[in-house]
Amino acid sequence: MLKKSWMTTLLLSAGIGGIAQADSHGKASLESVVPEGPIEPSSGAPRGWRAKPTKDDEIYAFSMIDRLEYGDSDEGQTYLWDAQGWIGNDYNKFWWETEGEGPVGDGAIEASQFEANYAHKIWPYFNLQGGVRYDTNPNPDRGFLMVGLEGLAPYWFVTDMEAYLSEDGDVSASAEFEYNLLLTQRLVLMPRIGIKASAQDEPEYDLGSGITSTEMGLRLRYEIRREFAPYIGVRWNQMYGETKDIAEEMGKSTSTTSFVAGLRVWY
Amino acid sequence: MSDTHHDAERRRLLKALATTGLLAGLEGLLPAYARAGSGPERHLAGAARVAGGKPRSVTQDFHIRREGIGIAGGYAPSAITVNHSIPGPLLELWEGHEARLRVHNHLLDESTSIHWHGILLPFQMDGVPGVAFPGIAPGDSFEARFPVRQHGTYWYHSHTGFQEQIGQTGPMVIHPAEPDPIKADRDYVVMLNDWTFEDPARVLAQLKKMSGYYNFSKRTMEDLVEDVARSGWAKTLKDREAWGGMRMNPRGIADVTGHTYSYLMNGLHPEANWTALFAPGERIRLRVINGSSMSYFNFRIPGLAMSVVAVDGQAVEPVETDEFQIGVAETYDVIVEPQEDKAYTLMVESMDRSGYARGTLAPRMGMTAAVPELRAQPQRTLVDMGMGRGMMTMGPGKKKGQRLEGDSVALKEAAGPVVAQHGPDHHGAGNATIAKKQRDRLGERGTGLEDVPHRVLTYSQLRNIEPMSDKREPTHTVEVHLTGNMSSYMWSFDGVEYSDSKVIDFPYGERVRLIIVNDTMMEHPIHLHGMFMELENGQGEYLPKKHTISVRSGSRVSLLISAVEPGRWAFHCHFLYHMERGMFRVVRVSNLPGADNA
Repeated sequence: MLKKSWMTTLLLSAGIGGIAQADSHGKASLESVVPEGPIEPSSGAPRGWRAKPTKDDEIYAFSMIDRLEYGDSDEGQTYLWDAQGWIGNDYNKFWWETEGEGPVGDGAIEASQFEANYAHKIWPYFNLQGGVRYDTNPNPDRGFLMVGLEGLAPYWFVTDMEAYLSEDGDVSASAEFEYNLLLTQRLVLMPRIGIKASAQDEPEYDLGSGITSTEMGLRLRYEIRREFAPYIGVRWNQMYGETKDIAEEMGKSTSTTSFVAGLRVWY
Repeated sequence: MSDTHHDAERRRLLKALATTGLLAGLEGLLPAYARAGSGPERHLAGAARVAGGKPRSVTQDFHIRREGIGIAGGYAPSAITVNHSIPGPLLELWEGHEARLRVHNHLLDESTSIHWHGILLPFQMDGVPGVAFPGIAPGDSFEARFPVRQHGTYWYHSHTGFQEQIGQTGPMVIHPAEPDPIKADRDYVVMLNDWTFEDPARVLAQLKKMSGYYNFSKRTMEDLVEDVARSGWAKTLKDREAWGGMRMNPRGIADVTGHTYSYLMNGLHPEANWTALFAPGERIRLRVINGSSMSYFNFRIPGLAMSVVAVDGQAVEPVETDEFQIGVAETYDVIVEPQEDKAYTLMVESMDRSGYARGTLAPRMGMTAAVPELRAQPQRTLVDMGMGRGMMTMGPGKKKGQRLEGDSVALKEAAGPVVAQHGPDHHGAGNATIAKKQRDRLGERGTGLEDVPHRVLTYSQLRNIEPMSDKREPTHTVEVHLTGNMSSYMWSFDGVEYSDSKVIDFPYGERVRLIIVNDTMMEHPIHLHGMFMELENGQGEYLPKKHTISVRSGSRVSLLISAVEPGRWAFHCHFLYHMERGMFRVVRVSNLPGADNA
């Protein structure tokens, strides 16, 4: 059915009987432009209308396993996961991140951390993050408050810098940088560097003050689809300073080179 | 397994089905004018021909349905059709008579709308949900009834969600009240669309998560090696430094590309070869309409000169040219006069050259002409960035037959003059770049056509056949900046998305100067509903009238508008996904006291 009632309103507001005759020029009347009652500020239309001309406040969600990785070195075989995601609108997002690693076979997770934060877009390429982190390994468990700056630095460096305050009052920080070098449209070489530092000795966790460790990687992935890319590469873990001394005393390796194979998937 | 692979698979299957006649019925879903030369049974007679006839008032029904349709060499199970067809039927109206257009929503659970693009009418019939009217609920109908007070080539499309992307568009021709000064023996509509088998909501979601998702022509190591070989390390590194420092991709020409799109001419993909007939010596009018959601095109007919006689439905002094770039939602009418008894290819490259639409102009059905190869992928320049004196950027990428040497100089000379500088406002976190130096680029050729060895139409060549009727000096000025952040796929005006915006008031009756500055790295097709914009392109009193203006990156354009159409009018970027992200405003023409936002 034609919307008679609405048409009638229009005809009445035009003041004469019939659109074609309502105004000999086929225009709406000036009176009909500004409706009576509450007005939506963006449209100038009556507030009650449910329809919107755009969906610019839509919520989106993103989840990515950046690295799901198997490593092989002189010290043995290892696995590693590194995943993150967000849900939110253009300016405000809820972020989560998790990463961890351990040896293949004997089952003991060496490190595992979970992070949840609120991210606000402060600059075109950067989000300021604030939230919590919780480590379930190495023992004992401990919680942190975190602040971070995540985004894309000039020259296309994917950047994630975070600082932490643990429940014991220890201050630490981490920084990660990645770069995507396109060999072809689908074959991408990705150098990656991660740096961890501590502001004080944390003997319970075998950490000394200063830079504690770095992890450098070079991974070659093939994007079968944008969302699905297997990769191979090499990873080099190195400890420094007092942290290194502690590890040496315990008879642990302080410098490990692994060949890795893994998967990068997102949804 | 990739989508493309799936599609190829599906197309193969469908081809097999088609040869066994199982899909024979589907072709019936094409409109008469698009049913063209893929076989003798589909006789071309009347295909896309503008019928014309006795001037009259027109009542036409538009039935909106979701249904399966054979399209782009495949099968779309849930497309949106108008009267069982994609594109919708050709709507012919007569100036000085009445139009009575009835839209019937047969969708199960979706609202719909039709916007009559470029048409002067009471704003309540303009078809923009949430602005002009509440939309058409499932099962409901809506009638737009108005006196027709213009003529020319236009189109219509849904203004609801992504319906336009999946089929709800159609061509419109309005015949003049006076005998048409543009004489033609045959008159065809050439409607261009971009088609995807993906759910458009998913397309936008992918862009939100990874803005380069559909771009498979980024610069790689191979380009680096070639650039170094051609221009040396120093120049190449300086170029990489400039783009890397800005975090900008010079190969960002189109957000959505031929990776997912098939480009259609009158509903047919290139292999189906839509064909228009002519007899040698005839004058043929082609009414080219860009009804696509996200794609600019380069239109040319190798071997035939074109005379551009109207733009956006408005007659211009004929300009002879060999190629023109058509922005989303623009229309161009051209006259061609093929003298020889041979076929000509209508070659329609997407601006990023990731694909093409194609048809044929032929004396007889079944004839074809050579289809040229896609030309080199174009690149953005520092002028696009709103920077730079000269051009640090390398020339266009590889590919055969491309003139490479000396392009820097050519481009530098072709770049329009700097006419203004940007103010201190960088438009917030939703905007990545600003046009520090704002140029008048109306005299420049379109992106990627800087170096083609033939004539290319520019905006500055367009000259109205009549002097402007409103010669008053503008008394009200509005400046709008086109803003965005590609990496987060945010798009806005002045850094503010529609939901957070306020209406822009034009005081009724005044002459308004609208200035648009493009701070982003790509051109945007900006459409104002309800009123024509007179483009200040140096043609004195003979300014061309536009309903959609393609604003080049790093440029500043000035438009004159007589605010004589009361209403709430949509004003937005006609890239569908940019509009959906908030690159949208409402312009209100009223006599509200104090309506002033200069």
